Amino acid sequence: MQDFAGTFAHSVGLILSGDAELWAVVLLSLKVSLLAVFASAVIGLPLGALLAVGRFRGRQAVIVLVNALMGLPPVVVGLSVYMILSNSGPLGVLQLLYTPTAMIIAQTILVAPIIAALTRELLEGLNNEYAEQLRSFGVSRMGVVATLLWDGRYGLSTALLAGFGRAIAEVGAVIIVGGNINHVTRVMTTTIALETSRGNLALAMALGVLLILLAIMVNASVAALGMSGRAAANV
Amino acid sequence: MVKTILPLELNGVVAKVRGKTLVGPVDLTISPQGFTILMGPNGSGKTTLLRLMHGLQRVSQGHVTWNAPEAEVRARQAYVFQTPIMMRRRVVDSIAFALTLHGTPKADARERAIVWAKQIGLGHALQRPAPVLSGGEKQKLSLARALIRKPDILFLDEPCANLDGRATREIETILQEAQKTGTRIVMATHDMGQARRLATDVVFMHGGKVREAAPASGFFDNPQTPEAAAFIKGDIVE
Repeated sequence: MQDFAGTFAHSVGLILSGDAELWAVVLLSLKVSLLAVFASAVIGLPLGALLAVGRFRGRQAVIVLVNALMGLPPVVVGLSVYMILSNSGPLGVLQLLYTPTAMIIAQTILVAPIIAALTRELLEGLNNEYAEQLRSFGVSRMGVVATLLWDGRYGLSTALLAGFGRAIAEVGAVIIVGGNINHVTRVMTTTIALETSRGNLALAMALGVLLILLAIMVNASVAALGMSGRAAANV
Repeated sequence: MVKTILPLELNGVVAKVRGKTLVGPVDLTISPQGFTILMGPNGSGKTTLLRLMHGLQRVSQGHVTWNAPEAEVRARQAYVFQTPIMMRRRVVDSIAFALTLHGTPKADARERAIVWAKQIGLGHALQRPAPVLSGGEKQKLSLARALIRKPDILFLDEPCANLDGRATREIETILQEAQKTGTRIVMATHDMGQARRLATDVVFMHGGKVREAAPASGFFDNPQTPEAAAFIKGDIVE
């Protein structure tokens, strides 16, 4: 217990000291995860909305597939992206392996299905409410998608948060495609894994504390931003 | 652009769902002026006929013909549902939506929505979320949303079914004003008093068919079918 308390105190000291190495890792983690969530939102929001309002052959199969992809094992995604981006892979010429871009790609593959599935679920309910009215107004299919995305935006922020949670906490895929290279691809989770194995528990714990604080802060910010809007729209 | 999309002609129109005929065949003309009340017992096909005319229900047989190209027709008619569908927006934004989706700039649409909301008695609730309005206010919002584009024709499916006397009176006043300013109205109702107050002509339905279509005075004073006579008397229509 004394060891834990001592390590915790040391880790708080590291955070408060403004340790440059520690904060560089934190910033890279944030950058990679936020960009991955952004890319996932660009893919997942319209895909989820189209699945919510679209009526086409094979729709149910696509929904099952997207739902199943929510549970993709990160190491499998990491391995797949590694093989695609490695020198002998189809995209090897881009030289993206062991770069933050490779980590963003891997995280996007993991997060996009989460956002798409949650968006589909939320907007399908909203579409059941709105469909007749929007048809009466003569709104086009794309107009329906835009309307549902706009009116469902506060609920969709939860989908984005779920995606962010998955991205920021992810370790298996990013360590394979990023390589955990110091000052290049080392993020919070991979650093925690590395420093724990080295016995540098204070740094690992400092990053763990920051990871949890970051998750709380992002959630709180989104909640604060959405609160007034939710109240206004009664959702 | 034509002056009005009316008259609306229904020729041998049938609506079927999974092979079962819900309505028809129906032959009916909705002229450019007037206030048509659609009456009949539950299940007689009033809602389906309204939906057929508005285009929400697929026509299985026959023809629905407007005096305008197809592209113009949708934008120049409106529909008010029995249970108002409230978008998750403020009142003013809900009304403005009917304009912005047809290309009106947002600021202009909001300005006009505020004017309409005040006219229709929702001036006090402009910034309130639409879903928390009372039943009467929700129906007023539906009317404002439908009327703000000054449609040639407005279809209403029992808009006062769940409202008290005062709210019903307010809705009726709004509808009469709309009719005076050139909007043709076709409304389904079970309320005999309301039908007598508002109708210029009545379409009586029974068993999915139009049994009578007549001027209001003729229908109420001298119904031509035993079903209509029984309905007017308040008897149960089998």
